[in-house]
Amino acid sequence: MPVLVRIPTPLRALTKGSAEIQAKGDTVDNLIGDLERQYPGLKDRLLDEAGELRRFINIYVNQEDIRFLQAKKTALKDGDEVSIVPAIAGG
Amino acid sequence: MEKLNGLRCRECGRHYEAAPIHVCEFCFGPLEVDYRYDALKGVVTRESIAAGPPSMWRYKDLLPIDGDVAVGHHVGFTPLIRAQNLADELGCREIWVKNDSVCHPTWSFKDRVVSVAVTKAREFAFDTVACASTGNLANSVAAHSAEGRLKSYIFIPADLEQGKVLATLVYNPTLVAVHGTYDEVNRLCSEIADKYRWAFVNVNFRPYYSEGSKSYGFEIVEQLGWKTPAHIVVPCAGGSLITKIWKAIKELKTLGLIDRVGTRMHAAQALGCGPIVTMIKNDTDVLVPVRPNTIAKSLAIGNPADGYYAYKVAKESGGSGEHATDEEIVEGMLLLARTEGIFTETAGGVTVAAAKKLIERGVVPRDESIVICITGNGLKTPDCLQDSLDAHVKIKPSLSAFDRALADLKSHTS
Repeated sequence: MPVLVRIPTPLRALTKGSAEIQAKGDTVDNLIGDLERQYPGLKDRLLDEAGELRRFINIYVNQEDIRFLQAKKTALKDGDEVSIVPAIAGG
Repeated sequence: MEKLNGLRCRECGRHYEAAPIHVCEFCFGPLEVDYRYDALKGVVTRESIAAGPPSMWRYKDLLPIDGDVAVGHHVGFTPLIRAQNLADELGCREIWVKNDSVCHPTWSFKDRVVSVAVTKAREFAFDTVACASTGNLANSVAAHSAEGRLKSYIFIPADLEQGKVLATLVYNPTLVAVHGTYDEVNRLCSEIADKYRWAFVNVNFRPYYSEGSKSYGFEIVEQLGWKTPAHIVVPCAGGSLITKIWKAIKELKTLGLIDRVGTRMHAAQALGCGPIVTMIKNDTDVLVPVRPNTIAKSLAIGNPADGYYAYKVAKESGGSGEHATDEEIVEGMLLLARTEGIFTETAGGVTVAAAKKLIERGVVPRDESIVICITGNGLKTPDCLQDSLDAHVKIKPSLSAFDRALADLKSHTS
């Protein structure tokens, strides 16, 4: 089940500079597992020691914040787009 | 004087060179400007500040500018007004209004952050400035980019108030209206900022931009005669302003310009978009994002980036938070106008309403000094008042017609 994942600048050192990568997983959690297999070290950047999403990272599935969906259990299907976005200031 | 050590991650402490970056590569924590306070101590004094210009730049040594100020030379040093009529109305001894509704040039506190960000954009040799905005930031970025002869791209939610749209377009930026909430605009801008080499004031320039808000806090303390108030009530959207006012007060303490902090910081948000106040009320550091539904559009950020830090400031300072309904927001705007002759936007209505509720709840004691932060101008958001204000008296141009109207008015009020 390939899903398009957009990688923000601070993580591109781990993806050999790629801004968009293809990954697999039927949930966000499993997708992160596949990202780690492809690009070792990525998981630690996204999840804290307790396995929770880090405080200053937002993940979106098809433009929707996963906290409005089922968080890490949010289901994914073929062709979905996942964005990893650092928190940014308001105005 | 070498005053800056570059940037530092607020979470893991990792150090970075001064650059247009905003996120720690290792833990995603926000980067913050790192000052050499040891070099500043004794150099920045009450006297050196008083000798500076009547603008926010009297605190330039405490802002992340290396060279000369590029734009916004007259921003800040807005009035701090003793609001005795409002205090009488609320049964309090001492209320002050810090009035950034008259901040030059675009009538909101955003001029403080933008003048720093655009100056910094010039320092880093960018030719294009950009932002995601709920309105006030849009006005300010467009104005300061025009002054600095820089191109600007402004991204706003498509349903923004017309006054704020026009007050942006007049400066001739490229205005992009996005069909979505501010949070969606923000996410989009984060991705755009990754792709184009632009100075996004609230994305890659955030560490510098946000420091400008400290000047609002410095001014409160200086204008009170180098004393801190017992309470400051601050409107919260992204949560940066309350965090930076608190930082400003602590810096003044670090530099020996005041003896003690002693201020409790209170957050004000709309009930229809109040995730930070909800954290404070529930005493949790986990932010639950919301979908905004409020007339206070300049505060309508459902996923505030600095929510966690805003919560920590309220907690650390012994402060609190309060929500205001749309009805209370309008009442707050009218109350400030009626008692002090100050016309603030919806965000100011939120702050006045929240302050009133905190006083009535006894959280803010009536005999302690209170500063209410008014950060934007009412002429930008007049639509919300259409239904709550009485029509004026209409007459023919004759004295007898006026006499009748006056008698009619008196019979209604007696």
